[in-house]
Amino acid sequence: MKFLGLVIVCLTGGLLLYGTMDLPNWGDPASPASTHLSDYYIEHIVEETQVPNLVTAVLADYRGYDTMFETAVVFCAGLACFLLLRDFRPGKDRYYRHIPTGVMLHFKNPDTRMIPGNEFEHMDKDWVPSDIIIKTVCRILIPFIQIYALYVVAHGDFSPGGGFQGGVIFGSSLILMAISYNLKTLLKRVTEKFLSMFAATGVLIYVGLGVLAMIMGGQFLDYGMLAPLVPWDPGHIRALGMLGVEIGVGIAVMSVMVIIYVNIVSEGRHDEGL
Amino acid sequence: MLWPIDLIVLTFVIFCAIAAITVRDLLGTAILFSAYSFLMCLLWAVMGAVDVAFTEASVGAGVSTVFLVAAVFRTSRRTKD
Amino acid sequence: MNEFLALIVAKYNFWLYIILMMIGLYAMIAKNNLMKKLVGMNIFQTAIILFYVSIGYKHGATLPIIQGGHGTHDAVIHAADYINPLPHVLMLTAIVVSVATFGVAMALCVKIYQRYQTLEEDELRIRLSEK
Repeated sequence: MKFLGLVIVCLTGGLLLYGTMDLPNWGDPASPASTHLSDYYIEHIVEETQVPNLVTAVLADYRGYDTMFETAVVFCAGLACFLLLRDFRPGKDRYYRHIPTGVMLHFKNPDTRMIPGNEFEHMDKDWVPSDIIIKTVCRILIPFIQIYALYVVAHGDFSPGGGFQGGVIFGSSLILMAISYNLKTLLKRVTEKFLSMFAATGVLIYVGLGVLAMIMGGQFLDYGMLAPLVPWDPGHIRALGMLGVEIGVGIAVMSVMVIIYVNIVSEGRHDEGL
Repeated sequence: MLWPIDLIVLTFVIFCAIAAITVRDLLGTAILFSAYSFLMCLLWAVMGAVDVAFTEASVGAGVSTVFLVAAVFRTSRRTKD
Repeated sequence: MNEFLALIVAKYNFWLYIILMMIGLYAMIAKNNLMKKLVGMNIFQTAIILFYVSIGYKHGATLPIIQGGHGTHDAVIHAADYINPLPHVLMLTAIVVSVATFGVAMALCVKIYQRYQTLEEDELRIRLSEK
């Protein structure tokens, strides 16, 4: 298999190398990809949409229908992880920790229970004590990461960034909380129900803006038709419509990243991990 | 565009890719894959694709490494090749 | 000799991308461990994205963010001054979808390990034929 694989790889690579001879030179301004369609976009985007970042403008406005389904793909990935891994059966073994001494107790009989309180707390098999330094550093760092994520979403029109990046950064700040404390701390604050609802809400905001444009008399996702809703700034309505869409994308991506992480790391039991 | 940076980073990317698929420890694969993604992000930033570079820095070097480490934590580190 | 040198300078990027692509393809075909195969798939994917993004690059052009800000722009914009943004847009969503599919693939790996206690392809085949 290894030898056969090497032969196939060499053949394919040779053919592709032969194919590069017909490609235009690297970085050639007169190459076919850079001369036909893209000139129109570069020269007309600012007057048509008032958005200086060309990538965001094409992503959220010209190609908005496609991006809507990309968001739906991300949502479906979160749903697939949930359906594959989520396990609602309660564990048979129970673990308790005596808080003053740190001794772990293991009960194999599911009927004996301790009452968690000041003396004992309910624990999981994979529980590890977390470090005070890591906890403190992450507690200081996480709010700043989240502020930065919101900045990235809000400034997607003017600078690099947008809903996808901001959503991923916000999601990773929540994942950092799960790693530095433990999974239960995260799931107590950001419950599973909240995450699932947010993932659906993000896609709904996107689709809702499109439908709203239809109700106002335009085409699906035609943000120009939303101008009567913002009488104080109708000239920038396309930029505002893009901002709304990016917020939807950010919310969906943020919650899906956390859902995937939580389900993988706890094998769907949502008790403990890493 | 500075061609020496481009060439050096591309060479590092190829070394990281080879190392990531040959090392006999899946945790090592995860970290090398993270380094690969970050170098790829540098390459895109040099090429002027700032949005793509930003996405790769947050997605490839951040979240997908965490997913890989989480999956290694729940399966095994051992690999035969 | 000079022509050959000019060819190398014009095309070496594409050649290195193809080497990267082939590393990923080799890992997908020949590696035994499922995680290694997935990492190979991701390497293949990023190499293709790299190829697409590099098509949009123009010598002497700047980032695809129009100078002049938000709506108050009067100067004429020359297309040759800005890098082609269309490949970037196509590939940006591809990266995010790639991390979503990677997450689903990891979930499948965890599920396979729960059931068969292995991620090696040959052991997996033996355990499948036992059942």
